[in-house]
Amino acid sequence: MSRVLIIADHDGAHLGGGATRCVTAAGKFGAAEIHIAVLASPAAAIAAEAAALAGVAKVLVVERAENAHPLAAVLAPQVAKLAAGYEYLIGPSNTFGKDLLPRVAALLGVGQVSDLMSVEGPHTFKRPIYAGNAIITVESPADTILVATIRTASFPAAANGGSALIEAVSTDAALPTHTRFVSLSAAKNDRPDLQSAARVVSGGRALGSADNFKLIYTLAARIGAAVGASRAAVDAGYVPSDMQVGQTGKIIAPALYMAIGISGAIQHLTGIKDARTIVAINKDAEAPIFEVADVGLIGDLFKIVPELTAALGG
Amino acid sequence: MKILVGVKRVVDYNVRVRVKPDGSGVALDGVKMSINPFDEIALEEALRIREHGQATEVVAVAIGPDEVQTQLRSALAMGADRAILVKCEAAVEPRDVARALLAVIKQEGIGLAILGKQAIDDDAGQTGQMLAALWQRPQVSFASKVELKDSVATVTREVDSGLETLEVDLPAVITSDLRLNEPRYIKLPDIMKAKKKPLAVTDMAALGVSLAPQFKVLKTEAPPQRARGIMVKDVAELIAELKKRGVLS
Repeated sequence: MSRVLIIADHDGAHLGGGATRCVTAAGKFGAAEIHIAVLASPAAAIAAEAAALAGVAKVLVVERAENAHPLAAVLAPQVAKLAAGYEYLIGPSNTFGKDLLPRVAALLGVGQVSDLMSVEGPHTFKRPIYAGNAIITVESPADTILVATIRTASFPAAANGGSALIEAVSTDAALPTHTRFVSLSAAKNDRPDLQSAARVVSGGRALGSADNFKLIYTLAARIGAAVGASRAAVDAGYVPSDMQVGQTGKIIAPALYMAIGISGAIQHLTGIKDARTIVAINKDAEAPIFEVADVGLIGDLFKIVPELTAALGG
Repeated sequence: MKILVGVKRVVDYNVRVRVKPDGSGVALDGVKMSINPFDEIALEEALRIREHGQATEVVAVAIGPDEVQTQLRSALAMGADRAILVKCEAAVEPRDVARALLAVIKQEGIGLAILGKQAIDDDAGQTGQMLAALWQRPQVSFASKVELKDSVATVTREVDSGLETLEVDLPAVITSDLRLNEPRYIKLPDIMKAKKKPLAVTDMAALGVSLAPQFKVLKTEAPPQRARGIMVKDVAELIAELKKRGVLS
């Protein structure tokens, strides 16, 4: 019977949200067993979280100092070794998986399906092209390992309740030293994670300044939402790049998405089309965001947002 | 040092593509084609490195049919010194693109390859990483800042958690993200000059690459459309509607 190996994303301390969604996707292949590989240092806490996911049979742990930071050039040779004997090798289509999996595929001498969004059969999958303006169904040969990144917004997170076997493994892969981690500057804030939050409030260019973005932060805090932004707002320097939602930023699927002062370029819409309820607030009645919004409100955001925040105050 | 830049001909950024009614693909007849926007950013970065005296030559490489020469001429007009077209009529999967680029890299003695992080047609985002793997060299994907010193590149990349900085030994592959730079506009005299720049044509066989496609596209369809929503007239109505839908309590 076939087996799936998931390469877990993590932040060095906790399992990433991508891996939990990969478990759900892996369940669709009809495979006999789902395994998760955790390459980290230290790895124990992350492995324990992976082992608790329902549906996972085994967690493979590769703990070595070189795995402290997720360098694709260092991880790929190890993953390529681990992949032996698996029919499916998948990882999340976030910056971790997008960076790593193609490198692994090339080492294995195979291609890759990017952004796998549905499983139609054991070797037939759907994925978006042209920023989601078209969906293709692709078939992969049955005798070749399938390497894929999983479009995380297309699959819910797996539930807890599992108790997988945790196995420490080592590989004899030679690791390069030509790639070195220097630093990671992550914005420190108490807001929910954009990629897994149930509610997201996003602001666009109409906010006009970084200072005015406080309106968005305040509203988001009031309803426990994560904060996102359009590319225009990021390019204008109102917010950091890790807040960008869209084709080249984050693809998200919250229960509630509020687009405030965002016109709705096709590249932005591709990042939010799996949201359950989309709310648009914009002064331009012709803005394309209203074509996809479930609830629209035309008006001046500088008046509406404070009013909304106050009304939700308690 | 010579820099290779990958150039892909894609449907222009501003075109809204339509799926053909028979499900055989997207309609490309008469549609405006351009250089993949991420590749323009890659080229701009290569040009800046050359203008800083850290590279001697920028070579633009494309794979595809003869029409791709139009995009290579644009790359030359932007400032590339030379262009190479790897002629290929068939659709090429990223792994084969990487194999062809590697063959060019070896022929040319390239010291740095800069590619777009993804092409806006197939959105695969694989070629740079695959090239780096086959070349057994470092990769820095999603780059937003590149600094070269001696034979080391210090590159900042946009990752989900923020900005990550890596240091890599050259030769290496860098893939460009949106905020790496803003590509220059092409001026008319540059277009004239570009006509005189060398554009060599080769093909997969000459590079020793035989195509090995793995995937079959069975169907192309339009994405499901969201049902048209409702408009509310004020904040009170908005809140009432969201409570009704159970997304606010």
